[in-house]
Amino acid sequence: MNEESVSRTINRLCHEIIENNSNCKDVVLIGIHNRGVPISQRIQNKIKELIGIDLQRGSLDITFHRDDYRERLVVPELMGTDINFSLDGKIVVLVDDVLYSGRTVRAALDELNSFGRASKVQLAVLVDRGHRELPIKPDYVGKNVPTHEGEHVDVTLRETDENDSVFLIRNRD
Amino acid sequence: MLKNKHLLGLEGYPREDIQTIIETAFNFREVLDRPIKKVPSLQGVTIVNLFFENSTRTKISFELAQKRLSADTVNFSASSSSLKKGESFKDTAQNIEAMKIDAVVMRHPTPGAPKHLTNFIDSVIINAGDGTHEHPTQAILDMMSLHEKFGKLKGLKVGIIGDIKHSRVALSNIYGLKIMGAEVTLCGPPNLMPKNIEELGVNYSKDVDQVIEWADALNVLRIQRERMGRGLVPSTREYRSFFGITSERLKRHMKEIVIMHPGPMNRGVEIDGEVADGDQAIILDQVLNGVASRMAILYLLCGGKKVEGE
Repeated sequence: MNEESVSRTINRLCHEIIENNSNCKDVVLIGIHNRGVPISQRIQNKIKELIGIDLQRGSLDITFHRDDYRERLVVPELMGTDINFSLDGKIVVLVDDVLYSGRTVRAALDELNSFGRASKVQLAVLVDRGHRELPIKPDYVGKNVPTHEGEHVDVTLRETDENDSVFLIRNRD
Repeated sequence: MLKNKHLLGLEGYPREDIQTIIETAFNFREVLDRPIKKVPSLQGVTIVNLFFENSTRTKISFELAQKRLSADTVNFSASSSSLKKGESFKDTAQNIEAMKIDAVVMRHPTPGAPKHLTNFIDSVIINAGDGTHEHPTQAILDMMSLHEKFGKLKGLKVGIIGDIKHSRVALSNIYGLKIMGAEVTLCGPPNLMPKNIEELGVNYSKDVDQVIEWADALNVLRIQRERMGRGLVPSTREYRSFFGITSERLKRHMKEIVIMHPGPMNRGVEIDGEVADGDQAIILDQVLNGVASRMAILYLLCGGKKVEGE
């Protein structure tokens, strides 16, 4: 995917979110670090442009909720969670770049509970590459990319990288 | 992970590890502001708090940190234990470890006791104060509080006031602050100063007003009443007039200075109540940062897999 298709895809996600939630009443956006955060920001901007509503937005760092922390040896890189409003009764749209095993989303769902009881949680991802290890299903998908194990989906965004792109990278062997 | 398996003291501790702990601690501060202040990071980790000496603040702070991380904890205090029945320190520790634990947080009146413990048990050991030696977690929370206030530690001027010679808080602070590039000046009665001031790389002044003029922050230590009447400090009144951080004294200087105190305070002796409750004091921030720092330390030491051969 190139710059243009990334932006077209995000636009479509916005329309779907608006359509699904009767004009975004009570909807809040929560981006998952790292690349879910800029995507959620773009969704926020686009929805404002489309219907003039400025949605509340927060970000989630799931490091403390990971299920593989005790298996790893490196010092985790922490970006910090920033949700300065209560989620009680809200419709939360979780935003991430790539959906893969579902473990990140599991951790995020867990962490969301610490901020109140959302009435609904929906999941928006730019790319769904399959290979779920948990029963998790996205509500809004930018692009389905069927992959093999061992392949890698590489997302870059203007905010964190040089440009917008999505690449499927195959291992050499 | 951190370079050392244990946290026994800050003498020679790697700079980047102190930095990592402080940064992680700020992330835990955010967790402490949430409606539900708990994360599952240390689920299934068992930690024993071995307190051979009385403590309220440190013990509660550690216990809260452990609970916020979802670790399982067991508390042990010397007064109600088999040590009273004559069991040795080593046997007590080995018996506790035989019950499959992951980490020990220990306070002990003897300097070096936590280090000694590493010789015969395998768990991660965190020093929560060993006699007059070190109290590393207190120094880390003090540095975190300074970092919060000033945004940096390098080049910061910190005065430590009081009985330095018998203070583990002072010693750990000196090591930590020097490693992080801060400047330290000690102040207090000459007979309560350590012998190796030069070796520690710190300055000494017996004029508290001079230190106030110089410093960005003061860490005011408790004058331990146990020391009174043993010829070390003649009287609380005399101590107050020479070294007490009184409101009149601070007013005289007309400058912004951050006041810290590790507690428990003797109001009206080393610090005036008005100063302790004033805007310049960050004493209660220190307490909150204490929980966050200890969460960071436990998380970083108990989290990763054990490295072979360590």
